[in-house]
Amino acid sequence: MQKLISWIDDRFPLIETWEYHLSKYYAPKNFNVWYYFGSLAVVVLVIQIVTGIFLTMHYKPDTHLAFASVEYIMRDVDYGRDVDYGWLIRYMHSTGASFFFITVYLHMFRGLMYGSYRGPRELLWIIGVVIFIALMAEAFMGYLLPWGNMSYWGAQVIISLFDAIPYVGHGLSEWIRGDFVVSDATLNRFFAFHVIAVPLVLIVLVFLHLVALHAVGSNNPDGIEIKKNKGEDGIPLDGIPFHPYYTVGKDLFGVVVFLMIYSAVVFLGPELGGIFLEHDNFVPANILQTPPEIKPLWYFTPFYSILRATTSDLKPILGAFFGVVGAISAYYSRGKILRVGVIGAIVAVLILGLYVLEAKVWGVILMGSSLVVLFFLPWLDQSPVKSVRYRGWIYKLALTVFVIAFIILGYLGMKTPAGVDLIWFQNKTWAQVFTIIYFSFFFLMPFYTRWDKTKPVPERVTK
Amino acid sequence: MSNDGVDRNRRRLLTITTGLGAVGVVGAAVPFVMSMEPSARARAAGAPVEVPIGKIEPGQMITVQWRGKPVWVLRRTKKMLDEIKKDESLLVDPFSKVKTQQPPYVGPETRSIKPEYLVLVGICTHLGCSPKPKLQIGAASGMGPNWPGGFFCPCHGSKFDLSGRVFKNVPAPTNLVVPPYKYLSDTRIIIGVDEKKGAA
Repeated sequence: MQKLISWIDDRFPLIETWEYHLSKYYAPKNFNVWYYFGSLAVVVLVIQIVTGIFLTMHYKPDTHLAFASVEYIMRDVDYGRDVDYGWLIRYMHSTGASFFFITVYLHMFRGLMYGSYRGPRELLWIIGVVIFIALMAEAFMGYLLPWGNMSYWGAQVIISLFDAIPYVGHGLSEWIRGDFVVSDATLNRFFAFHVIAVPLVLIVLVFLHLVALHAVGSNNPDGIEIKKNKGEDGIPLDGIPFHPYYTVGKDLFGVVVFLMIYSAVVFLGPELGGIFLEHDNFVPANILQTPPEIKPLWYFTPFYSILRATTSDLKPILGAFFGVVGAISAYYSRGKILRVGVIGAIVAVLILGLYVLEAKVWGVILMGSSLVVLFFLPWLDQSPVKSVRYRGWIYKLALTVFVIAFIILGYLGMKTPAGVDLIWFQNKTWAQVFTIIYFSFFFLMPFYTRWDKTKPVPERVTK
Repeated sequence: MSNDGVDRNRRRLLTITTGLGAVGVVGAAVPFVMSMEPSARARAAGAPVEVPIGKIEPGQMITVQWRGKPVWVLRRTKKMLDEIKKDESLLVDPFSKVKTQQPPYVGPETRSIKPEYLVLVGICTHLGCSPKPKLQIGAASGMGPNWPGGFFCPCHGSKFDLSGRVFKNVPAPTNLVVPPYKYLSDTRIIIGVDEKKGAA
């Protein structure tokens, strides 16, 4: 064994890699439960790739065959088995998609709580956001493959988003579909993207995310850089080797708990009452009829709500919002004329844009911005501390309100836009309120993080 | 930084070859990008379709397929035609000013060649769902007592009247599209062919 390892080591940095990334990678000793979700996301990625490979062995990317081939995979033994355990692999994959987003959302929330996006981890955060967007593309394209009626019309709606782009939009959406409507050409290329192109990109991005993490070191619930306090041996005083303390000691335990919950859902309620898999998707695609209610899967509904809430009556409110953010920015520009001028020009362009562009285009812009704004988080946050533990009440309140807004937008996105009267207002009006709150969290962040009173951060990590 | 020891000729050669390489990469990308355009087969599938309209009852609507899209043919009753004249103030574009939404030979309010027969592409101008017909006037459509009859898109809540004209304060920006069509006889129309230009 030793001989084999040294034979490899002469040709490949095996021991060096092992030590750099695992046995001599010093992670802070105070990780808590929130630090499970990164490793769990990797576990789900592996589950998705493995189950996906086996599904492609039976699936047929052809509009005439796709729906039936999924049915064929799913048919149960008791009713005349077609594919042995096909139902299990399919449910593992489709339920796995939902669990992917659960772990990723919790992983991102951890970042927001403890300031994991702050320097020197800006690039790590940016790669993470790119992973999130690639994951959305992956899920969206996978959703079309069963060729159910909901996935057909869902694809129709999302591709039509590109139609909204002035001048080039129409040609662009035709190019994406490869036809005038979502068709066989679309299904075939989505299959290619879903099974090979995007997964390759995802794997590379996840690799880069980990390389960037290990280069700067892990953040922790105190938001302290453990590399600042090193012992004489050059090892961080508050660090412990990732392996075996966090591999066997923590992540393995997390994986077991995760698999218990995941298995419970896969075996007992893989569709989770229509939330993880929609009932309308068990009907083959009908080119002439939209399902009575169309909605994306739960993990897209917050963004979908923002898209749907942007109607022309939101324009004056948006104008006011741009004005307020502009005015506060101008106030904080410390009297620098040039800066005030630039802020004024941006606000003027935005308000002019409200007159020129129709609400549909603004819906697409806002939905896109709700993702793009995440890239700027490291620079929007002006607080002197990273972790929520040492921040004042303003950030704690802002983060709580943001999470509530995100969840409510998600809830509203699952309901029909009109007809449902919730407390006081209609669905759409509430969605507009929480859209503004969503953006306020980000665009007012440079100011409220400065106003917020912070507590002194200790030198060493606490428990 | 000093330029000592830099062979300027070699540096220039390097720049030029890199530039040419970049052009080559862009050139090589062209066939891949073009391969994703609609194929000849997809374009051929957009041929005109003939629709018999003689058997449609007043107030009834049929759906046919053209270019893979649903096209509605609604035979409007007298009451429906009276109703569409009343809702002007509720509409974004009551007189069909947005030219891309219909051929020039249809009426601005009825949006049809013969007022009785409305022909529309049944795709919402917001994001491409197919709206539901809510043809009955008033509460019978489940759209509230003031509903003038029309179409409702369940995806994002856009509303259109019985001429396919869009209501104010909904996500859809423009009226539903009237496809090019012409009458072959009193009981047959062809969709996808203009009066003058031939196949569109």
